[in-house]
Amino acid sequence: MTEIVTESAAQPMIEIRDLSISFGQGADRVDAVKNVSFTVAPGESYGLVGESGSGKSTILRALAGLNPFWSGHMAIAGQKLAAKRPRALRRLVQMVFQDPYGSLHPKHTVDHILSEPLAIHGVEDVETRVRAALDRVGLGPEFRFRYPHQLSGGQRQRVAIARALILEPKVVLLDEPTSALDVSIQAEVLNLLTDLRQQLGLTYVLVSHDLGVVAHMCARLSIMRTGEVVETASADDLSEGRLLHAYSRQLLIASRGYDPAAIAAFGDF
Amino acid sequence: MRGLMEKGPILEVEKLNIRFNTPVGVVHAVRDVSFAMGREKLAIVGESGSGKSQTGRAILGLTPGKVTAEKLAFHGQTLIGLSEQQWRTIRGKRIAMVMQDPKYSLNPVMTIGEQLLEAAREIKEGAAARQHALGMLAAVRIRDPERVFRAWPHELSGGMGQRAMIAMMLMAEPELLIADEPTSALDVTVRLQVLAILDDLVKTRHMGLIFISHDLNLVRTFCDRVLVMYAGQVLEKLTASELAEARHPYTRGLLACPPEIDQRRARLPVLQRDPSWMEPVRP
Ligand SMILES: Nc1ncnc2c1ncn2[C@@H]1O[C@H](COP(=O)(O)OP(=O)(O)OP(=O)(O)O)[C@@H](O)[C@H]1O
Ligand SMILES: Nc1ncnc2c1ncn2[C@@H]1O[C@H](COP(=O)(O)OP(=O)(O)OP(=O)(O)O)[C@@H](O)[C@H]1O
Ligand SMILES: [Mg+2]
Ligand SMILES: [Mg+2]
Repeated sequence: MTEIVTESAAQPMIEIRDLSISFGQGADRVDAVKNVSFTVAPGESYGLVGESGSGKSTILRALAGLNPFWSGHMAIAGQKLAAKRPRALRRLVQMVFQDPYGSLHPKHTVDHILSEPLAIHGVEDVETRVRAALDRVGLGPEFRFRYPHQLSGGQRQRVAIARALILEPKVVLLDEPTSALDVSIQAEVLNLLTDLRQQLGLTYVLVSHDLGVVAHMCARLSIMRTGEVVETASADDLSEGRLLHAYSRQLLIASRGYDPAAIAAFGDF
Repeated sequence: MRGLMEKGPILEVEKLNIRFNTPVGVVHAVRDVSFAMGREKLAIVGESGSGKSQTGRAILGLTPGKVTAEKLAFHGQTLIGLSEQQWRTIRGKRIAMVMQDPKYSLNPVMTIGEQLLEAAREIKEGAAARQHALGMLAAVRIRDPERVFRAWPHELSGGMGQRAMIAMMLMAEPELLIADEPTSALDVTVRLQVLAILDDLVKTRHMGLIFISHDLNLVRTFCDRVLVMYAGQVLEKLTASELAEARHPYTRGLLACPPEIDQRRARLPVLQRDPSWMEPVRP
């Protein structure tokens, strides 16, 4: 059998190789990300979990073009990323932030929040696109002229998702998209993200502390500690407890709930 | 649970009501909430908007709403109608609160170290205070306390900010701690280690803890008792270890929503609300 693979099937949507990012100088220097590599196929949803402060948000911010100070190799849809990126490439990647309170401008209406990216990128049909964006995340037209403080946490996160989708990106970076939401609204938002990925063929990178959320949303994941990937696993590995690194196994044990004996046995790897 | 109330309850709340005047009418956010607690871990769970944070804030006189209560007492002393002067000896000292949103509770123009020292100033001074503060950062598993001590809030990850808040609370050594979603931004390992510190304070220093959370599995394993809130009311009071056997369809709904690691489902169930849950609960 000849091995002919079409270019689009072989080409990852996201490719990260030896990514390193540091902040500060001297005693205050932090190596936030150290030689991280992973690839994500088109339409795949990839998970990042791990220690608080281990560099997960920093990776997403660099991928989204929000921090130009990184070294290594990153490519989106086969296009190599550099410190400065062309507008068309920027449109391809959008981010939903960790904090639904801080990420929406408190003095802007939903309409303003959604039309701003269109204006920046010189996109026409603003009216139609804003209506469609709200519709896509299940918010009626009555929400269009509300301010963030007039929305519930789940509604705010829907607006943040609508904003991320309005430029029709291929890649959506989700930083703890549901950690501030209650369990029922979390279920709503996760169901919505699942539908949107199928309908629009989106590729996700999802950061979460909740291994249940990651097992539900992602087929593969990387587990991070102090800026490094300690292990890459599949969702099935996670569900069936087949993790190799001691730190990963500790995360799995900690996910079961509060247990003083288990905590006393925690190691610092 | 014998001994929890010895020397009397720490906190007594009877028929607490909180109302907000809004342009579209009065929002009755907390309705006839009653409970008493001793040196124990009491959870408040419930969906978003059910009144958990406002209940916690009312205890410290910090809700912007209008509060009425038949009784709101801390070690038998009423908390209703205190002067700002009287509050100063209680708030942040004898009763402390870790707020839901660390990014908003940390002062953006002060370093973490300055904020920690401010929380502790009355306990120690100078180099000793600094050592004490660094020790607290280490206790909440901050990997590099010296750097974080010098850092500004925007230089910390989400979970580091949350731990800085908890370290500040530890500096004050309160008798009652109200912790509003205190560990939602922490990885699960660090979360449990921080909870172990709180557990220790409850057991060895007899602190009372009100633990507000969305995470029913965590509450079931960590707390002693649970108040389940819906639309401003306490629908059920349960022993935490029996939470999984709760009967009320609302509580059962909350238990069913989260995705689980070992039981994967294509779609997640969401709450189907029943109008009867709004009716006044008979005590
Ligand atoms: N602007 C900045 N200046 C200085 N240090 C920073 C900055 N942003 C991040 N850091 C540091 O980089 C490290 C990684 O932070 P990052 O926010 O990526 O962690 P994270 O894995 O997302 O953690 P969490 O789960 O708590 O959100 C931390 O040590 C943090 O203090
Ligand atoms: N300043 C205000 N004006 C009017 N209504 C308010 C105000 N603050 C809070 N509320 C209302 O009070 C109710 C209870 O709010 P609270 O913050 O206690 O909810 P919660 O249970 O803590 O929710 P979450 O899980 O989202 O934090 C909500 O319906 C909220 O909209
Ligand atoms: Mg983060
Ligand atoms: Mg709240």
